[in-house]
Amino acid sequence: MSVDTRALAADRRLVIKAMLATGGALAFDIEIAMAQASQPAAARSAGIAASRISAYVAIAADNTVTITAKNPEIGQGVKAMLPMLIAEELDVAWDAVKVEQAVADQSRFGEQFAGGSMSTPMNWMPMRQAGATARAMIVAAAARQWSVPATEITTAKGEIFHARTNRRAPYASLAATAAKEAVPAEASLKLKDPATFSIIGRPVPGPDTPAIVAGKPLFGVDTVLPGLVHAALLTAPVRGATLKSHDPKQALAMAGVRKVVVLRQLGHDDAPVDALAVVADSWWTASEARKALVAEWDNAGRDKHSDATFAAAASAAFAAKPATSVRKEGDVDAALAKAAKTVSAQYSYPFLSHATLEPQNCTAQFKDGKIELWAPSQMPNEGKELVAKAMGLPVGAVTVNLTRIGGGFGRRLQSDFMILAAAIAREVPGLPVKLILEREEDFKLDFFRPAGFQKLEAGLDAQGRLTAFRTHLVGFGAKGEPGRGSELPNDLVPANLVPDAELGLTLLESNIPLGWLRAPGSNALAFATQGFLDEVAAAAGKPLPEFMLETLGESRLVQPPKLPGVPDIWQPPAFHTGRAAGVIREVMARSGWRGAAPKGRGFGFYFSHLGYFAVVADCVKSGDTVKVAKMWVAADIGSTVINPMNAEQQIRGSMIEGIGQVISGLKVPIAAGQVQVANFDAYTLPRIDVVPPIEITMVRTDFPPTGLGEPALPPAVAAVANAISSLTGRRVRSLPYEA
Amino acid sequence: MPTMIKVNGKPREVDVPDEKPLLWVLREDLGYLGPKFGCGAGLCGACTVHLDGQAVRSCITPINAVGSGQVTTIEGVSANPVGKRVSEAWTEIDVPQCGYCQAGQIMSAVALLESNPSPTDEDIDSAMAGNLCRCGTYHRIRDAIRKAASQKTAGGADVR
Repeated sequence: MSVDTRALAADRRLVIKAMLATGGALAFDIEIAMAQASQPAAARSAGIAASRISAYVAIAADNTVTITAKNPEIGQGVKAMLPMLIAEELDVAWDAVKVEQAVADQSRFGEQFAGGSMSTPMNWMPMRQAGATARAMIVAAAARQWSVPATEITTAKGEIFHARTNRRAPYASLAATAAKEAVPAEASLKLKDPATFSIIGRPVPGPDTPAIVAGKPLFGVDTVLPGLVHAALLTAPVRGATLKSHDPKQALAMAGVRKVVVLRQLGHDDAPVDALAVVADSWWTASEARKALVAEWDNAGRDKHSDATFAAAASAAFAAKPATSVRKEGDVDAALAKAAKTVSAQYSYPFLSHATLEPQNCTAQFKDGKIELWAPSQMPNEGKELVAKAMGLPVGAVTVNLTRIGGGFGRRLQSDFMILAAAIAREVPGLPVKLILEREEDFKLDFFRPAGFQKLEAGLDAQGRLTAFRTHLVGFGAKGEPGRGSELPNDLVPANLVPDAELGLTLLESNIPLGWLRAPGSNALAFATQGFLDEVAAAAGKPLPEFMLETLGESRLVQPPKLPGVPDIWQPPAFHTGRAAGVIREVMARSGWRGAAPKGRGFGFYFSHLGYFAVVADCVKSGDTVKVAKMWVAADIGSTVINPMNAEQQIRGSMIEGIGQVISGLKVPIAAGQVQVANFDAYTLPRIDVVPPIEITMVRTDFPPTGLGEPALPPAVAAVANAISSLTGRRVRSLPYEA
Repeated sequence: MPTMIKVNGKPREVDVPDEKPLLWVLREDLGYLGPKFGCGAGLCGACTVHLDGQAVRSCITPINAVGSGQVTTIEGVSANPVGKRVSEAWTEIDVPQCGYCQAGQIMSAVALLESNPSPTDEDIDSAMAGNLCRCGTYHRIRDAIRKAASQKTAGGADVR
């Protein structure tokens, strides 16, 4: 816990935070805990006996295999992806696999979070090892039963073979004895040659798709328990305001209302809230009674913050030096003074909401000094600890069941809703209570993608090559520490590619809590830096992708400056210029980009979450505004795309989110300390009619596979903004684009 | 006062205030958890059900506006041939990401194909623009609707 995480970029910080909390490591030990749990629900409901071989694998008498999916499913496809890795090495047919969601239990499953696009890089080997371990135990059991050497035994599609004696048997016949075999040492495991993969790399649909299509209850809001009561929440219009007085009489007089609970300073530890919760026999009743609550709030100066004050503070900051230097190499002033050309511009972007379609919710039951939760959480084990702390209970007294999650995008990395639900449950002991936030409260209680302002400068030599780069980011944070998503990484492209570079950061304080939104930091930095470089490239008389290739130079690893006090394994990753150039060349080829681009075409490149992505967008006029006519994406996430069926979805979703951030008018204005969006009429998410054809190319390189939930988004934002600049002839320096 | 409504072909008695939205009657009083709460204001489409075959936003439809109308939810929509075809196309194409909006998407898609068996891409966009998908599954939504529509037109009769 002694590591100084202050200077870390958000995604790495997230990983480190999650890791340090439990003492794990990137290459965590593969520990297959033996059957403690009862038989898996899937087999139980079918009335079939199942033998549990490990925390991840149980085999039923009919040879169906239940594989546990350990991480929360938010739509990123992890509920198929992780079990695919296990099934591949277990050597079973995917058709015979049933997937079961794990509970939050790090003693059995290690890290279980949905964030930082880390599920793939963290689990690529361990999950395969989990499958290989179970397979080895089945093989050992067969060897024992048949009295033959284990080395002579082969497996395929859930069956054991011994060629010499012409014997075969389904895994099921050996599962019970396999469960008693010793867990083999990691070093003894033989993993498959990737050329022989039969599941990894093939399109696999989501295990829950049939249930979703049938309308089966899967999500947090669908939790139903005997005796369930319901809660709606009222918080202050000004975020963080405290409750001065309230009158619950009218609400309490309504039929079906049981209680009005006062919650003080609960929720996330850096953004606690006061709130009133109405507990009623139905959620609709609670919601109606919520409207009848009378409350007075103490703003205590929190209402002084607004977009106008932020913009004024940013202007003042630009007139001075940055408060913090993140990187300083060479002499930027001298380089700019001798440059053949200089370019300077200011960029800005708004606060954004996660706006998950399933509102924040959680069901909690407090009984006999223990609490059980049904939580759509992206970081359930942290939520568990925070609930224990808030309730004054040992962690062992808290059970967290993971529900399917109706969209995450980083919102549910904050577990405030779990704490609020637990606190309400304590006031109605014995009864399960389901808290669902109204859409208005969901917007009010978000942890927002920070707004930001950047002043950028660059120098070009006589040949139009980039020689110097400087940016000053005015973001948000407190006490000198950047808020979530407001960090300025020390290896920002192109500061890491030129000899004279400066990266400076100034932080504004406000009452608006910040959160990680899909590709945190990067989603805004890509817009500002790739937009600005598009201007610089134009000044050099070159198209941006060619200018980027020239700036990247020869293929090499560019190491970021080491962060002090951080172990090597958690240092930020090196940047591979060759992989970057590879996706840029690929997207140019696919989109037919030669020489100067036609009007309306834009480009963006970004490296984040270990993934290299280049995007080209074509924009056209559409009435009074613009629309995207076509997009091309080239992606390098290493050697293997584990589930192509889902990969396509993640990339398309990122492109659409990028269109949304630029064209659809997404912004969360702040006035008098209040969030100025309450529903989807003001927060205008992209709809089906703005979606263009999208062509995707995966560039395979000989590196371990990495994640796909986030890194496609940042270059999409940049490409769409640059396309509009090209189309209209007016540079898009502020998001969202306004015609 | 108890009233009767018809859900997925079955008469159901409910005793709730007149103004209680159909969504919450379905979810809380009758146990149909397929229709989802997203916005409470008819803006996102997650709560879409059919009332006499028309797609309606159940979160802003008070129960007393339902009367003797036939309510169809995601749980019952595959009982009709178009609903079955759409649901199968949705599964085969693996439309969902998080899945939260999908019940509403399917209900809107079925209503579209009931009234317009061979929609153009413009027809699809215009009929589906009331249903938000935060994850961005729109390409597959279009693909699934086209697939369900083509099975109808290709066979000239309901497939299967």
